[in-house]
Amino acid sequence: MQSLGVNVIFDGNNLIRLGEGLWVTMRIAFSSALFSMVLGVFAGIAMSARFKPLRLLMRLYLETVRITPVLVLLFLLYFSLSKIFYLSLSAETVAILVFSFWGTAEMGDIARGAVASIPLHQRESGLALGMGPAQLYAYILIPQAARRLLPAGINLVTRLIKTTALVSLIGEVDVLKVGQQIIEHASLLRNPMAPLWVYALIFLLYFAVCYPVALLSRRLENKWRN
Amino acid sequence: MNAPLLDIAGLRKTYGEREVLRGLSLRVRKGEVLVVVGPSGCGKSTLLRCINGLESIQGGRIRFHGADIAAAGTDWRAVRQRIGMVFQSYDLFPHMTVLGNIMLGPLKAQKRGRKEAQAQAEALLERIGLLDRKDAYPRELSGGQKQRVAIARALCMNPDLMLFDEVTASLDPEMVREVLDVMLELARRGMTMVIVTHEMAFARAVADNVIFMDGGVIVEEARPEEFFERPSTERGRKFLDTFIFTPTHNEKEIES
Amino acid sequence: MDLDYAFMLKYAPHFAGAALTALRLAFWGIAFSCLLGLACCLFRFYRTPALGRIAGAYIELSRNTPLLVQLFFLYFGLPKAGIFLEAEQCAVLGLSFLGGGYMAEAFRSGFEAVSRVQIEAGLSLGLGRAQLVARVILPQAFAVAVPALAANVIFLIKETSIFSVLALEDPTFLAKDLIGMYYNTSEALLLLVLTYLAVLLPLSLFLNRLEKRVRHAEFGR
Repeated sequence: MQSLGVNVIFDGNNLIRLGEGLWVTMRIAFSSALFSMVLGVFAGIAMSARFKPLRLLMRLYLETVRITPVLVLLFLLYFSLSKIFYLSLSAETVAILVFSFWGTAEMGDIARGAVASIPLHQRESGLALGMGPAQLYAYILIPQAARRLLPAGINLVTRLIKTTALVSLIGEVDVLKVGQQIIEHASLLRNPMAPLWVYALIFLLYFAVCYPVALLSRRLENKWRN
Repeated sequence: MNAPLLDIAGLRKTYGEREVLRGLSLRVRKGEVLVVVGPSGCGKSTLLRCINGLESIQGGRIRFHGADIAAAGTDWRAVRQRIGMVFQSYDLFPHMTVLGNIMLGPLKAQKRGRKEAQAQAEALLERIGLLDRKDAYPRELSGGQKQRVAIARALCMNPDLMLFDEVTASLDPEMVREVLDVMLELARRGMTMVIVTHEMAFARAVADNVIFMDGGVIVEEARPEEFFERPSTERGRKFLDTFIFTPTHNEKEIES
Repeated sequence: MDLDYAFMLKYAPHFAGAALTALRLAFWGIAFSCLLGLACCLFRFYRTPALGRIAGAYIELSRNTPLLVQLFFLYFGLPKAGIFLEAEQCAVLGLSFLGGGYMAEAFRSGFEAVSRVQIEAGLSLGLGRAQLVARVILPQAFAVAVPALAANVIFLIKETSIFSVLALEDPTFLAKDLIGMYYNTSEALLLLVLTYLAVLLPLSLFLNRLEKRVRHAEFGR
């Protein structure tokens, strides 16, 4: 073990520190997911609105977010806030803002797609039964849309978790940054193998978090396919 | 008496616990048309799929040209090139033109020359009256036209035997006739065919022999005029009755 | 807000060059992703013993881990195990590793859309397995998969922004560099956004048109 240098993972409080880093990662991911889900439903309603200018505006928002790399969005907000607006926000706040901005657009599109996927005759059969708009949504449209919304929404959470790796690039001490610090420290202690083990561990940590969520999303999707 | 082209004996097919074909035997001679009728789920489609190797079988033998094709080591590619099959759902390849569909088998499976294959394909299209649509894609055709092309596609392989699996079942009523006419003409030209159908009038007109299946076995085997006029079994009679619409009750009687 | 236009004009060509670097690496990464994804999809679709399972595990690993971590492992971790890769090789390898899983899933959706009767119709014509895949299944599967494949292409090009951590001179690296050297933050960021816009907007529009043409695998007019 000693010669392989894998002990770097268990040295001192390294595991605890990585755990703390992972907690930061999760905190950012799940706060952003929460904001994205809630705001995304409203965005979805706006995207399927009858009022055309609103629809166009939302379309512009979605395409902008889709065309710009999230890292660029992060830099944009992180660097411009302090420089141009003389605001100083923590890296974590910037990250949550950016990820929510991105996630809301994606979630909005998912919600729009879910509502649009319900066949017209479902709406018409509801109307034919003499239902009002509220009843139509409550009993027919939302229950059906939710079955499409939820799996895709959960899938978005895995994408958010993976994207949080980027926050280390704007200085946030997430699991990846902690890993880098451990590696730097280990190199002082002449453990040259540290990067291999630490990055492999972080790789597996991300997988261990994302995979169950992805699995849940797929299960729900299969269950509700019809 | 020449040997039968297709000779099936004791054919058994099971899906897990469920036995779909329970020891079924039949013979088809060259130039003969065999029509298979029966209620849905009686195993008639499965029978056709077994003959073409699309389903594995659990017992019995299927002789085609005297060779047991159900035995292990059968070169299904070679056998299928001599057995044409047309399916119920439109099975044309959507990404190819009519001509491309018809020539795929001859060019790729049989490795024939393009010129010769195209000449035959166009001759077949002429016969089914669709030569002017040879460059159309399947989605530009009506259901009846698609099925006629599917028949031409199978014929272009110069098969010794044609299998038809309820080819008119998903067609609009007004398109059924054009497909059946093509099949009638084929029968007149002496093609050996096994036809599964629900079109009783057509079955009577085209068949040399009729097989009535129910519950995975052959219940009746007869000449068409016999089967349709005087079915010899109770099950056969009941089945034929379902195709005749006669009101069984007077409305007023029910009301009281 | 005053912008230093002279600065922007001076560095615009640098951004164009950086974009070309990113696109060159993206091209290879996407090409390998497609090959890897198609191979994995075929292994899974035909339940190839062992290879099918390996492909399945790989797809999950690549889809459920961030590219940034993959790149760090390749660039900083692997050399410690005696495997040395150039930064560009790492970039292409990492992007292919990530993209392969996504492309495999895109192809899978296409393969699943090809109906059973299509395969049986091909078999009935006496086509062999390879002929069946090449002539009947792939063209239809590909047409259905185009929207998902196109989305992956855009996604993978965007992911190249992460190459900056390998000190590869892509637009994001250049922008960070300029901000660090000259403090022309607004100009550098604006150039960065414009660069991605110039690359991705036309591509996105082109792919949109392509999707419309092959939507639902509808061939013919």
